Amino acid sequence: MGKISLNDSYEKKFGWNMKVQSVNETEPGLSSRTIRDISGFKKETGRNRWIHDFRMKALKHFLERPMPKWGGKLDGIDFDDLVYYMSGVDKGGDNWDDLPENIRKTFEKLGIPEAERKTLSGVGAQFDSEVVYHKVREDMEKQGVIFVDPDTGLHKHSKIFKHWFGKVVPAFDNKFAALNSAVFSGGSFVYIPKGVQVAMPLQAYFRINAPKFGQFERTLIIADEGSRVHYIEGCTAPVYSKDSLHSAVVEIVALPGSHVRYTTLQNWSKNVYNLVTKRAYAFENSTVEWVDANMGSRLTMKYPSVYLKGAGARADILSVAFAGKDQHQDTGAKAVHLAPNTTSRITAKSVSKDGGRTSYRGLLHIAKRADNVKSSVRCDALLLDPESKTDTYPYNEILNETAVTTHEASVGKIGEEQMFYLMSRGLTETEALNMVVTGFFDAFAKEIPLEYAIEFNRLIQLEMEGSVG
Amino acid sequence: MLEIIDLHVSVEGKEILRGVSLEVKKGEVHALMGPNGSGKSTLSFVLMGHPKYKITQGRITFDGKDVTHASADERARMGLFLGFQYPTEISGVSLFNFLKTAYNSSREEKVSSMEFREIMKDKMELLGVHEDFVKRYLNEGFSGGEKKRGEILQMAVLGPKVMILDETDSGLDVDSLKVVSNGINKVASKENGILLITHYQRILKYIRPNFVHVMIDGRIAKSGGHKLAEELEEKGYDFVRKEIEDG
Ligand SMILES: Nc1ncnc2c1ncn2[C@@H]1O[C@H](COP(=O)(O)OP(=O)(O)O)[C@@H](O)[C@H]1O
Ligand SMILES: [Mg+2]
Repeated sequence: MGKISLNDSYEKKFGWNMKVQSVNETEPGLSSRTIRDISGFKKETGRNRWIHDFRMKALKHFLERPMPKWGGKLDGIDFDDLVYYMSGVDKGGDNWDDLPENIRKTFEKLGIPEAERKTLSGVGAQFDSEVVYHKVREDMEKQGVIFVDPDTGLHKHSKIFKHWFGKVVPAFDNKFAALNSAVFSGGSFVYIPKGVQVAMPLQAYFRINAPKFGQFERTLIIADEGSRVHYIEGCTAPVYSKDSLHSAVVEIVALPGSHVRYTTLQNWSKNVYNLVTKRAYAFENSTVEWVDANMGSRLTMKYPSVYLKGAGARADILSVAFAGKDQHQDTGAKAVHLAPNTTSRITAKSVSKDGGRTSYRGLLHIAKRADNVKSSVRCDALLLDPESKTDTYPYNEILNETAVTTHEASVGKIGEEQMFYLMSRGLTETEALNMVVTGFFDAFAKEIPLEYAIEFNRLIQLEMEGSVG
Repeated sequence: MLEIIDLHVSVEGKEILRGVSLEVKKGEVHALMGPNGSGKSTLSFVLMGHPKYKITQGRITFDGKDVTHASADERARMGLFLGFQYPTEISGVSLFNFLKTAYNSSREEKVSSMEFREIMKDKMELLGVHEDFVKRYLNEGFSGGEKKRGEILQMAVLGPKVMILDETDSGLDVDSLKVVSNGINKVASKENGILLITHYQRILKYIRPNFVHVMIDGRIAKSGGHKLAEELEEKGYDFVRKEIEDG
């Protein structure tokens, strides 16, 4: 019996690429010239000149700052060989039919227009460096919901954009936040007005098409008082022999009483380094939920964070990861309690197989002034074979004695008795293994909308294929 | 249909079954009795193909084929079923989803969730369980009685040719015992066979075996008809042990 190899299946479903003529692109490598070119494409002049200066300062910081020595192996990234900006359109629009044929076909193949018609309040679709399509449902627009790319945010909503941009994740936060701040392009700018409840999710889809390319989208979400929104992002890329880089920054501002959920289904091809900074400010009585799934990429380093700045704020972070052959998922979460009566819950689940490695890296910080904090952390790892690895790095800084915290961790292997039970009913070894792994992730699948849960389970099965010899 | 020929089995280097022979034919109900630790569960695992148990001698044939070295899933798809003494808990997997996958595994034409719900209906009624029961994670947090109902529900849905039931009666209160026995009787037919493993006689009030075997120290020490069960009820296992010692 022939085995289906993982890359074959990914290649068929997502790993293909399209011939697309670029309209704008920078020379390979990174210098102040690159920044000037990008600022030029985006007309960052006049009153918007500040963003160009912001980029320049960030570039200097990026170049001066050493590579992080913790986390995963980053030496495969060839910064001089990457293209930092490339776009097949000059400016995106709100009509799929206006797009160059192969860009439109790409998103059709990925099922984005279809999902838009069925279950979404708005869609953004990014192809390499630019958001080529953006549209928000009319009823949402009427209520004042803004869902545009950052360039439009900068030009059309400059006051609020400037007020929050780069505040949650400063340009100098870490080396890769600096890189993103220097060359960012695409992403989303979202504003939900006071009290507005966005019933169906807003979705952004990020597609890398070009080889040896870096995608640096930037997302800023501002949920005004008492509003509610669910933002979902997905991503895929072609399978190439040379490595690509994806380094995003996501900033969320949850104003008092708001509720923001941010769901990610990360499914990059295995030649992509995925180094992302995601952080939220949660003000009084707001709730921020990160629901974060990492299945693809060569290396992911990502630790969605919530800074609980207002009394009564809540953070709920659910992070799942799957690492197969040659993959390292270094993921986790941070909860920084800066105000009293704040709560956080972190749940991390990971599966490693075929020598893959998962790491949980977490920070729980409780400031001196933050009384009556409640926090729980739970990490479960499942190893499918003896070659695979998992490790945990929990850091706790608890400076207030009134805090109630719990931490639980487990590492499991798939039990012979479980496999025998399932197989004794007729399931093949592969089916049985799939079932145990799907069950292990069920807590995650239940948290996301049904269509995404189905897709997630399909992706897990794709990852599991060929795992039993 | 199921034939066991001079079976010797070891686990972790220790010989547990020491030459077991037994044949279950269509339409027959065999009761296998014996004290704790005599090897009954070991036999049930070996018959189902548990990888931990090593067959050192002898053969198993099922439905005319030698299955001595077949995997558990192959045997299941051929129509062999094991009702576990201690069913395994599997978190995150609903009984419904699992059973649907199992049902489809031995069929060319796969059924949808909706069709499967229809198939389940009668069987759920038979076992006195409801929708919320089959939505729960497989055996997780089930009471002893619920676990056994779950096993017989699976058996009823899958419709096997030979059913090995390992102490299905243990841990059941009288009401559950009636429901579960009734379920087994409804599934039993002229077309299938049952190997009913039990430590006590009480289930035999509800399910009447054609043959009774007594296992002691990894061997079938005595076989007989229904009468043998009554004799055991009266005298306990010691009389069989004594018979062996007396030669
Ligand atoms: N996995 C195992 N490892 C070691 N010993 C075992 C194992 N399974 C069964 N045994 C031993 O085999 C003997 C028979 O056990 P079992 O088949 O469970 O008997 P019964 O079901 O008749 O009570 C016992 O002595 C038991 O300790
Ligand atoms: Mg037993």
